Amino acid sequence: MSKALKPVIKSSLFFINKNNEPLFSKKNRALLSDPMDDNNPITVQVLGVCSALAITVQLKPAIVMTISVMVVMGASNVIISLLRNLIPNRIRIIVQLVVVASMVALVDQVLKAFAYDVYKELSIFIGLIITNCIVMGRLEAFALGNGVWKSFLDGIGNAAGYGFILIIVAFFRELLGSGKLYGYQVIPDLFYEMGYENNGLMLLSPMALITVGIFIWIQRSRNRKLIEKN
Amino acid sequence: MNRDSNSYTFLFATIMVFIVASTLAFTASSLKKKQDENVRKEQMQNILSTIGIAIDRDGAEELYDKYITEQISLRQDGTVDSKINAFNISLKKETRKPLKEQRFPIYVANVIDSKYYIVPLIGSGLWDVIWGYLALEEDMRTIKGAVFDHKGETAGLGAEITQNWFQESFKGEKIINSDDILVGISVSKTNNDSKGLDKDDHEVDAISGATITGDGVTDMILGRLKYYMTYFDIIKKEVIKKDEIDSDNKIIALK
Repeated sequence: MSKALKPVIKSSLFFINKNNEPLFSKKNRALLSDPMDDNNPITVQVLGVCSALAITVQLKPAIVMTISVMVVMGASNVIISLLRNLIPNRIRIIVQLVVVASMVALVDQVLKAFAYDVYKELSIFIGLIITNCIVMGRLEAFALGNGVWKSFLDGIGNAAGYGFILIIVAFFRELLGSGKLYGYQVIPDLFYEMGYENNGLMLLSPMALITVGIFIWIQRSRNRKLIEKN
Repeated sequence: MNRDSNSYTFLFATIMVFIVASTLAFTASSLKKKQDENVRKEQMQNILSTIGIAIDRDGAEELYDKYITEQISLRQDGTVDSKINAFNISLKKETRKPLKEQRFPIYVANVIDSKYYIVPLIGSGLWDVIWGYLALEEDMRTIKGAVFDHKGETAGLGAEITQNWFQESFKGEKIINSDDILVGISVSKTNNDSKGLDKDDHEVDAISGATITGDGVTDMILGRLKYYMTYFDIIKKEVIKKDEIDSDNKIIALK
């Protein structure tokens, strides 16, 4: 009985895993972990910087955005990877855009009907996801040429690497800009009475850019192979 | 089939567009009823919250019917157009019509002996449309409460107009100055009263980094309230008249 079952399982796995590689082999794990550091979408690939500036004023939207991007990137990478042998080369960018946009529109509609409160919270971000360069960048650079499972991991990994930076930047901007974290005040009133003031500049986009810049500086002084040689 | 040929490209694009369009159209139309229901209930919820009644969306309809006693659509000259249900007026469509054809909705609430007038607002923020409701007390001068909402203001900055602390600061402020002139409420960056203790300065404290959204709120309040002033004057005169008749009756009764 068990012998008869085995090939069935194998053939079903064949669909997502052609080379019979373990699902979390070293290579596949690297797909998840690389974007966190060596190949970070924001600090190394320099993708998705625009949204990193816009929504890092507070931690909460940054976390929400991270989760939404993870869902969209995982799913759209899978769809494009499934279609990768069918998509005509000349219109592949348009196809990618259509897939991302329609996925986003679908999620938006379903949320509006069944989870209206979540929809209200997320609707701005959902719109922003379409324009997020990371999604298109990974579809073009990875999903078009790799299998389904790998593409899925790559999507999740890059979204996580993106979210990681987002959350770090948002942490400092919210803490220094409004003295709060996740909407709760963390700097005690005593400090304000002693003359401490929130740094309003942290709330504006230029400081997001500078925070990302400082992060890149720290990252490269620690991880020397990222430094470009001229 | 050759993936690079023109005919394949056209075929692929046609099929893709067809599939995507029909999926989206199907989802949108099959969910429309449920979505509209959510929007309608939220409108009721917003209107109620301006007069200090906090309720979840599902319970809003019942309380709305209980407390909102009149839904009036006004003409520009302050007369009532009884043919149109004020609740169904879409301000977004309305503001595109010529002024004479526009109708101005107003809601009257009666909560335990107190009467409130609730005025819907619409205006522009930084990125897109902003809207809200402003409840006035019976004197048609003092703000009972306000709610604001927006379509696409920046999260953490302009989008803060939906937060309680911002909306709370409108409570008790006066929209009309001591000379009986409508001045509205300014969302002010130079306000010296950041705690909002001075309720006669016609100002509330602005949000850092959200100047344009704040100015949008200022313009929206003044811009919409001005259409209701003739109606308020009519009501005030009626109230005075009624008081005079009452006092005349009293005198007659005393005689």
